[in-house]
Amino acid sequence: MTSLLSVSNLRVGFGRKPEDNEIVHGVSFDLAAGETLAIVGESGSGKSVTALSINRLVDFGGGRILDGSIQFNRENGTMLDLAAAGEQELTKIRGGEIGMIFQEPMTSLNPVLTIGEQIEESFRLHRGLTGRQAREAAKDALDRVRIPDAARRLKYCPHQLSGGMLQRVMIATALSCNPRLLIADEPTTALDVTVQAQIMALLAELKRETGMGMIFITHDIGLVAGIADKVMVMQNGEAVEQGPLDAVLDAPQHPYTKHLLSAVPHFEAGRATRTDYRRADAPSAAPALKVEGLTVRFPVTGGLLRRQTGAVHAVDGVDFDLMPGETLGIVGESGSGKSTTARAILGLVEPTRGTFSANTNGAARQSGKPVQMVFQNPYASLNPRLRVDSILAEPVIAAGGGLKGETHARMRMLLDRVGLPENALQRYPHEFSGGQRQRLCIARALMLNPSVVVLDEAVSALDVSVQAKVLELLVDLQREFGLAYLFVSHDMAVVERIAHRIAVVYAGQIVEIGDAASVLSDPKHAYTKRLISAVPSVDRRKETFEVDTRQVPSLVRPLGFEPEPANWQSFGPDHMARAEA
Amino acid sequence: MNYLARRLMTFPLVMLGVSVLVFVSIRLVPGDAITAMLGTEAGLLTPDQRAALEAYFGIDQGWFTQYWRWLAGAVQGDLGVSVTFGKPVLDVILERFPLTLELALLSMVIALAIGLPAGIFAATRNEKPSDLAVRIFAMIGQSTPNFVFALLAIYVLSVGFGVLPAMGEFTPFLENPLRNLGQMILPALTLGFAFAAAVTRISRSAMLDILSDDYIRTARAKGVPARKVIWRHALPNALIPVVTLSGVEFGYLLGGAVIVEQIFALPGLGRMVLDAILQRDYALVQGSVLFIALNFMIVNLLVDLAYAMLDPRIRLGGK
Repeated sequence: MTSLLSVSNLRVGFGRKPEDNEIVHGVSFDLAAGETLAIVGESGSGKSVTALSINRLVDFGGGRILDGSIQFNRENGTMLDLAAAGEQELTKIRGGEIGMIFQEPMTSLNPVLTIGEQIEESFRLHRGLTGRQAREAAKDALDRVRIPDAARRLKYCPHQLSGGMLQRVMIATALSCNPRLLIADEPTTALDVTVQAQIMALLAELKRETGMGMIFITHDIGLVAGIADKVMVMQNGEAVEQGPLDAVLDAPQHPYTKHLLSAVPHFEAGRATRTDYRRADAPSAAPALKVEGLTVRFPVTGGLLRRQTGAVHAVDGVDFDLMPGETLGIVGESGSGKSTTARAILGLVEPTRGTFSANTNGAARQSGKPVQMVFQNPYASLNPRLRVDSILAEPVIAAGGGLKGETHARMRMLLDRVGLPENALQRYPHEFSGGQRQRLCIARALMLNPSVVVLDEAVSALDVSVQAKVLELLVDLQREFGLAYLFVSHDMAVVERIAHRIAVVYAGQIVEIGDAASVLSDPKHAYTKRLISAVPSVDRRKETFEVDTRQVPSLVRPLGFEPEPANWQSFGPDHMARAEA
Repeated sequence: MNYLARRLMTFPLVMLGVSVLVFVSIRLVPGDAITAMLGTEAGLLTPDQRAALEAYFGIDQGWFTQYWRWLAGAVQGDLGVSVTFGKPVLDVILERFPLTLELALLSMVIALAIGLPAGIFAATRNEKPSDLAVRIFAMIGQSTPNFVFALLAIYVLSVGFGVLPAMGEFTPFLENPLRNLGQMILPALTLGFAFAAAVTRISRSAMLDILSDDYIRTARAKGVPARKVIWRHALPNALIPVVTLSGVEFGYLLGGAVIVEQIFALPGLGRMVLDAILQRDYALVQGSVLFIALNFMIVNLLVDLAYAMLDPRIRLGGK
């Protein structure tokens, strides 16, 4: 095989004095034509910077290549050192010979130009096509990424398409000029698992069709099994391990690689699920939270007078209960209504119908605020202008309590319990890392001694290794305080490790609920099966996925629409699924 | 279209509110039109004469009756008679308006012609000396009062080059375009300069924001040349705040620019309104404020339509 790309001793720095702020410390790797290299690492590992250095987009982000060479085998057979190439040459190579797709399809397309204009642009720039020819080419490009009804979609603007569709458009654009190398920078991270599976399948298929080389960057080592030939693991700007796929996955040498692999879910036997609580063994105490027929609808208006014409049925008749000391994982994809359920329970959204009651668990919990919440983004959910002591005191003040000695004692106790130093009280949120901030959010949620904590994607924004520690902390706190967790997440791997029971939500309704081990290892509902099979696993090597273009059904219903009552089928002591039509 | 209809429906309501506010506030100012018009001679009027004059100008009734009479006339296009000019208010306003409109348009053209390129240029040279120079220039432009710049311009032209700005009787554009522009160019530059400084600053910061957006990175990854990244991908997105600012400034200029009109002896709306207030010319104040408010609303509507043109998310409705 001929070499396509050869990177040696690449060093990249940022800022005014890039030498003092080096992010990538001497990375080397080779890529043959038609081969796929996966670069795996957490945020800050330098994996994206490495990738952006190859087509030199790193220059626009304030980065500078300090040392090393990037030999690229061009279309005409000559070798070119991209690290030393001029901007004019690079402009021809970008898009023409090296395509790139990014993490956030929602923000990576220009909102004021149509899809068609943005795809055509590549053909105009690199193939010299104009007018009708360019339009035809753009339509073919959309067909190639299996977008149904391509001719009409060309006239759409980005905000009219879903994330999965937009990522296909990105891929279509990147592949429009048949590049020899495709750089995919976390292309599926912002997408739902089932959509992720579709995009991965598409990438694998297009790679086979075109024979291009690919650099696939991801934080999820589970994803690489399906697509990569070689794997490079990065940590703190260095490649700590690299080798052929099977060698790295089956016989990892570096402890960091082993650590990453340990976070990948194995659902087959429900092995990794928690066993510290079982409904059957627990005394039949009163549930900490009981939700019955919860329904949330948002009105849809239309016409000149803005009359209500229908409703979005975000949550439609959800029932469940939650025992003290138990974690219920609510899983589902974006738009399924899982977050709305959580928000309704906290009173942040007015439920249209249904009841929920939280048990304050006797005299010990006097605060009267039995439900508290931890949000997804620890960077946005702490007021940057407040000191940590004020942040922790706020729920107490909001609940009508005064600042007493015991409040301060509780702050110090909770900070200690979530693993932060006591002097944290006098500091501001920006002085903490993402994981530490989420610990602060957890401490804040516990200030009022709640019986139920709602965790809405509480670890989704964190890196795998930080995630693991926060999950451990949550488990410890649950045991210590007898907390009940409502854990809302799209990430099956996380849910597997924290949940005792799992409820699968689809289109505003629970379709399957039961103990975690049964639901994960023996799913009954078709949607649960689809969801679980879409979760990447290191066990399935180079598997070809079916490209599935089904979309989540519209939740907009006409006025007065009522769903049919659920017909539940039971599969064992604590496992039931909605019967399918 | 639906949106446009809804917007137009709010116009009469706003106008009504504005008219009540103006009506009341101008009457809260002490003094009356007859005294203001005749000065000390007003004291020589017999009560009968005064009453006759008040009846002639329609200020003899109670406030409510006055307002009702005025409103009834206004909806038919009759804004009353100006005490100071002795002419229908609408005629007085329409006589002055072309000048004000021309001045506002010229200033905006100058502002956009200077400010937009300067802002874009500065954004692409972020933190380099040329960026700093543009920013200092913009800062000076924004913080220099109009009259300082106006007097400076007159001084430099007359002392340095021996040319005096064409003063004297104002010539409408349609009568003699060259002479008209000769009269307008200095005031337009005076107003346009400060306006341009604001446009520079806002287009620079908008452009800087946009240039770090993901889709700009995508465009570069596609191999779009630097110039096209700016003009085709970044600029349309950066224009929205510029349009907002220009709309507000333009609407403001349509209300007249008192100081600049005074310095360059231009008979514009601004000086007219000021005189009307000093003279307690109720009808003229009411009429012109209403007229200015209507202009402002039209400009705002145009700004919103411009948003829709620039951004398909607004045009087609967001998700």
